[in-house]
Amino acid sequence: MIPPNFEYFAPNTLGDAVSLLERYGEDAKILAGGQSLIPLMKLRLASPRFIVDLNQIQGLEYVRESDSYLRIGALTRVTDLEASEMVRKKYPVIYDVAAHIADPLVRNMGTVGGNIAHGDPANDLPAVMLALNAEFIAISPTGERTIKAEEFFIDSFTTALKPSEVLTEARVAMPPARSGGAYLKLEKRVGDFAIAGVATQLTVDGRGVCERVGIGLTSAGPTPLKPKKAEESLRGKKPDDSAIKRTADLAADNANPRSDLRGPAEYKREMFRVLTIRALRNALSRVSGGS
Amino acid sequence: MSMTKMHIRVNVNGVEREGDVQARLLLVHFIREVLGLTGTHIGCDTSNCGACTVVLGGKAVKSCTLFAVQANGKKLLTVEGLAKEGKLHPIQEGFWEKHGLQCGFCTPGMIMAAYHLLQKNPNPTEEEIRRGISGNLCRCTGYVKIVESVQYAAEKMRVQEAQVAAR
Ligand SMILES: Cc1cc2nc3c(=O)[nH]c(=O)nc-3n(C[C@H](O)[C@H](O)[C@H](O)COP(=O)(O)OP(=O)(O)OC[C@H]3O[C@@H](n4cnc5c(N)ncnc54)[C@H](O)[C@@H]3O)c2cc1C
Ligand code: FES
Ligand code: FES
Repeated sequence: MIPPNFEYFAPNTLGDAVSLLERYGEDAKILAGGQSLIPLMKLRLASPRFIVDLNQIQGLEYVRESDSYLRIGALTRVTDLEASEMVRKKYPVIYDVAAHIADPLVRNMGTVGGNIAHGDPANDLPAVMLALNAEFIAISPTGERTIKAEEFFIDSFTTALKPSEVLTEARVAMPPARSGGAYLKLEKRVGDFAIAGVATQLTVDGRGVCERVGIGLTSAGPTPLKPKKAEESLRGKKPDDSAIKRTADLAADNANPRSDLRGPAEYKREMFRVLTIRALRNALSRVSGGS
Repeated sequence: MSMTKMHIRVNVNGVEREGDVQARLLLVHFIREVLGLTGTHIGCDTSNCGACTVVLGGKAVKSCTLFAVQANGKKLLTVEGLAKEGKLHPIQEGFWEKHGLQCGFCTPGMIMAAYHLLQKNPNPTEEEIRRGISGNLCRCTGYVKIVESVQYAAEKMRVQEAQVAAR
């Protein structure tokens, strides 16, 4: 399969990248890891006339903590997220997801920014970003802005980014003590997109009451989903069996999966229920100072 | 720098190669058709099977899911670059000794994925080997012999390392 031809640019600076994007507007596409864009071009589901390759721009690949945020550069490869000792220890939900996105070959190329900006409701990182209440930093010819994860995913393959904007960073407020998270993904075979995926992030106070509750769902409808009623139902409560079950019921009710080759909608909804229960329990077991 | 046609230079298996390519040319087509290195296979052409795996800039990637222009200025290793002076690379030897192939179609990709895995982790567990090759599909072997082949190679490479270090 041969993609349609295009004009290729590999700018060295973000400034050059955004001015090219501004010049060519809807006719241009950003190339990051290419692991979603190139397959789409081969199928001719995307035919950009201009490609702006970000890979020559220095300084967009990093995972670090600063100013009370975990900051992940947009060009960070999923493999590098998976390999980060700090991520594994302090952000288990991010480690879980990184280890389950696609396969090792795709993860060697695929980027954090691309996984988020693609706006695919079957991509795994967006649900984690929603559970963590992440923020995204985007740069355009008029400057920089910060977009909340919750306001970023507008429709299938449609995000809040304008054609001339580049996502440069995803950032997550460093969680307080007694926090834990988990991502669980049900897949038909290794390396496939999720039948259902659930991200959880909890902070528990000294009395064992949930102070903060974050949940995100993958493959649960036209966009990655943040089931707010489910989150609210657990906030301020002790996460006992009945509270967890109620939260999972609400999350499953909120999910709006479609019947397809990966299973009927009813089955998937049930899986959201089961995975939410398990992901909440995993998150609790990882709360430092917890059992 | 912009063009629908571009001049690229790639270090392929230690040799500088160059050519004029259309921007849309996939890396796998550059390797097979422009360079004439047909060890790298096209299995699915839809980014799923890993038969086209090569090591670019030190990392195993699917060459059907990359443009040749993205390899400009980089080091590319294909299965043809592994044997040295007529002697098989330990990973190739492992597939030979342990019967890691039947039809052989997936083999070059498996070997390149295993190569990257062993660079990162010279002493992998069986679980780590299985995870490391999980982007490479084999329709014949059931993977058991492939895992044994990689274990054989890991062992042999560790012994060679130790011999070099002892010198
Ligand atoms: C076989 C296979 C299996 C897969 N399985 C999974 C899976 O299980 N889970 C999963 O999450 N993903 C999966 N993927 C998708 C993969 O994770 C992609 O890497 C990811 O969706 C896109 O990231 P990328 O860096 O490759 O982006 P690209 O393909 O380069 O770009 C994707 C889109 O995002 C835009 N974009 C990229 N970067 C930016 C940026 N910084 N700013 C603005 N826009 C940008 C591009 O213009 C394009 O429209 C799979 C892919 C393959 C080939
Ligand atoms: S041919 Fe590239 S992944 Fe199958
Ligand atoms: S040996 Fe035939 S596909 Fe693997």
